[in-house]
Amino acid sequence: MIRFEPRAQPSLLLRIAIPIASALSALLLSLVILALTGTPASRAIGLLLAGAAGSVFALTETLTRATPLILTGLAAAIAFRSRLWNIGAEGQLYAGALAAVAIGSGAIEGPPWLMLPLVCLAGALAGGLLMLGPALLKAKLSVDEVVTTLLLNFVVLLFVQMMLEGPLKDPMGMGWPQSAPIVDEAALPKLVAQMRLHAGLIIALVAALLVAFLQRATVLGFEMRAVGGNASAAAFAGIPVAATLVKTGFLSGALAGLAGAGEVAGLKGYLTSDLSPGFGYAGIVVAMLAALEPLAVIPAAVFIAGIFVGADTMSRSLGVSNYFADLVVALSLLCVLVGSLFLRYRLRRVETA
Amino acid sequence: MSAEGPAFAPVLALRGITKRFGALTANDAVDLTLHGGEIVALLGENGAGKTTLMNILLGHYLADQGEVSVASPEGELRPLPQGSPLAALNAGIGMVHQHFTLAENLTGFENIVLGLEPLFGLARGRRAMRRTVEALMARTGLVVRLDLRVAELGVGERQRIEILKALSRRTRILVLDEPTAVLTPQEAEGLFAALRALAAEGLGIVFISHKLDEVLALSQRLVVLRAGRKVADRPTVGADRALIAQLMVGEEVEVERPAPAQPGPAALELQRVSAGSGRTRLIEATLILRQGEIVGIAGVSGNGQSSLAGLVAGLLGPDSGIMTVLGRQGGASPAERRRDGVGRLAEDRHRDGMVGDMTVAENLVIERRGERPFSHLGLLRPKAIRAAAQDAIASYDIRCPGPDAPLRLLSGGNIQKLLLARALAGAPRLILANQPTRGLDIGATVSVHRRLREAAEAGAAVLLISEDLDELFALSHRIAVIHGGRLTPTADADRLSAAEIGLAMAGEAFSAFGAAA
Repeated sequence: MIRFEPRAQPSLLLRIAIPIASALSALLLSLVILALTGTPASRAIGLLLAGAAGSVFALTETLTRATPLILTGLAAAIAFRSRLWNIGAEGQLYAGALAAVAIGSGAIEGPPWLMLPLVCLAGALAGGLLMLGPALLKAKLSVDEVVTTLLLNFVVLLFVQMMLEGPLKDPMGMGWPQSAPIVDEAALPKLVAQMRLHAGLIIALVAALLVAFLQRATVLGFEMRAVGGNASAAAFAGIPVAATLVKTGFLSGALAGLAGAGEVAGLKGYLTSDLSPGFGYAGIVVAMLAALEPLAVIPAAVFIAGIFVGADTMSRSLGVSNYFADLVVALSLLCVLVGSLFLRYRLRRVETA
Repeated sequence: MSAEGPAFAPVLALRGITKRFGALTANDAVDLTLHGGEIVALLGENGAGKTTLMNILLGHYLADQGEVSVASPEGELRPLPQGSPLAALNAGIGMVHQHFTLAENLTGFENIVLGLEPLFGLARGRRAMRRTVEALMARTGLVVRLDLRVAELGVGERQRIEILKALSRRTRILVLDEPTAVLTPQEAEGLFAALRALAAEGLGIVFISHKLDEVLALSQRLVVLRAGRKVADRPTVGADRALIAQLMVGEEVEVERPAPAQPGPAALELQRVSAGSGRTRLIEATLILRQGEIVGIAGVSGNGQSSLAGLVAGLLGPDSGIMTVLGRQGGASPAERRRDGVGRLAEDRHRDGMVGDMTVAENLVIERRGERPFSHLGLLRPKAIRAAAQDAIASYDIRCPGPDAPLRLLSGGNIQKLLLARALAGAPRLILANQPTRGLDIGATVSVHRRLREAAEAGAAVLLISEDLDELFALSHRIAVIHGGRLTPTADADRLSAAEIGLAMAGEAFSAFGAAA
């Protein structure tokens, strides 16, 4: 018989190995399901890997897809660390994108060097302000933020659609519900010639470093960890719990809003209501895979992005629905949750009488 | 009666139990035999290995070496499959934990039979079970109101339910962990009478307690663990407090009394202050606490202490009345209280004291995180934090793997030492010590008491909230009793007896305090 025993303190090796093993198990399980549909699994995995990382193009595509995922992953990681369950990164992303086009598509004419920072700032501010409501409600009235942030996603998406059909509709857009394009000064430069990879990746990487620094090296980060670790002990020790939650919420929303601004300013150039294929929700999986560690968010986001991009290629060649990527992502979350069990417990074989 | 030896055969034998956690050996080749009808006291400091040993017995942990044998119904010792709580239950081992494990939304009866009912059965067996439980109550004298929800019951009654629950499974071995920690002296006496009656029927009892008087009064045999090893296994007859304390700690422990106080100006003043809500509301409390003195507040948990503590700690403001804390009128935030010079120990260190996933060092400086030298311009200064932690670890003898270890890895006593170090940092002028030694062993208790006494001698005012009479007498210059949210006037500790306080704690007689509260 085998039983679970609690571990005192998991080693660093284990803390790195378990998320990787979880991700690989998710991939393997998905292949089993794929094989059940009669698809040759070895060919499928080959196509998936080639599609995700088999060429410069594939790699840049994966990194392009990872860019918003790093930011939404950080949004979830920073909030979850303080036990603020922000499920609203999707809505905050759209709010950020909306603010970015509102500022950046010609409505404001500033000096060229100012336009890009302004657009990014507007996106972050919009996402942050959107999260202030749920964070305040949680901090002051203990309203469940899972409900408020999740529902706000739908409110924001409908609001975006309304704006795209109305005030923000591109007069030159041939009647499509899309915004006017971002002006050239406000666009994020490309990183590799003729590829879609843009400087948003740099912003995302810097954001990950800054969040890691914030959490480890600043008083605010200390307070955020203490509130997440034990809110009533934090309050007893004189930490302003409500204010810390509100600050955390603002930062989390701002990161997601920045992701939206980056997609508009770096990739699409204009806003449509299908800007994000669920980056906000996938960010939760990224954060869990990364065990809420800001720097680990980067590889986790690249992994999930690779699955998305690789699955696209694979589905085109094999005729498998590209929902396959969602399957892998969902299984990743489940495998990470099982994996975290092994972080806290070890298996021991016992002789039974 | 202990001299005549056990009248029954052995029911339990632990042989050479060894359990290691990493580098720590929690149990080192421990042997323990228990006879039917025998009450064995298991003693030892925190971290001596008592809990680990009991967890192995109950199947929660697997021993690295050694064997547990339990008598079969025919009386012959058979090895117990290890690491199986179910096997332990089926073998007749029952446990009453220090922290109650009752479902508050169920009735007493439902709690007792929980787990005994077949999952897919009709309520057919209920009446029979009811008769069994009632018979058990009559036989043991442990009477409870079976049909009230546990949430409505007091601690004494809850504990009787725990014991009935443990006994309702043909239990032949009963383990009690700190059973009197939350009881009044009178309630504890009732419990002891029931335990003696149970032992007389052949039940083997292992009794874990830090209260040496109880151990001497109740047990027939003493088993003492120190640092994982069994250092004594002897009859209780002939032992006294000093001897037991010495066995546990390994050195002589002296029982101290507070030095006479030279009270200074008032540090805390309450005039008809009410605060809080519900059952823990504090009602029109009046109290003056002066610099340099220790005032003890005696009372059973849940009688308004948490509201009183909340007022001083900064978690609660007064609804009415006049409160002055170190010159500040009315309520204040925890941070303001600390800046004013209030050092605070939380009643429930797990809930309000510690952040288990943060490090020892971080927990030590959590209250001073925003002050120099621990941070500057919003940035933490890890070197200063670490250095302060090293200091505290050394001067408070906090046993831990190091300043960077997560706090949850430490034992209860060492966590409390850390929290005390934190509360006393910066020489506070008023110290709130709320149940400062609950669940601590003698060594840790002595060191906490010494620190509090030293602080008072250095001029701090200490508000000691406790339900441990030994502690109240060992520290307090004056004592008041709190019951039902009402605080009696204080009386000089020298003029009070334990019985008088015990009665007042039970809400029965307040004459010793010169007022009807």
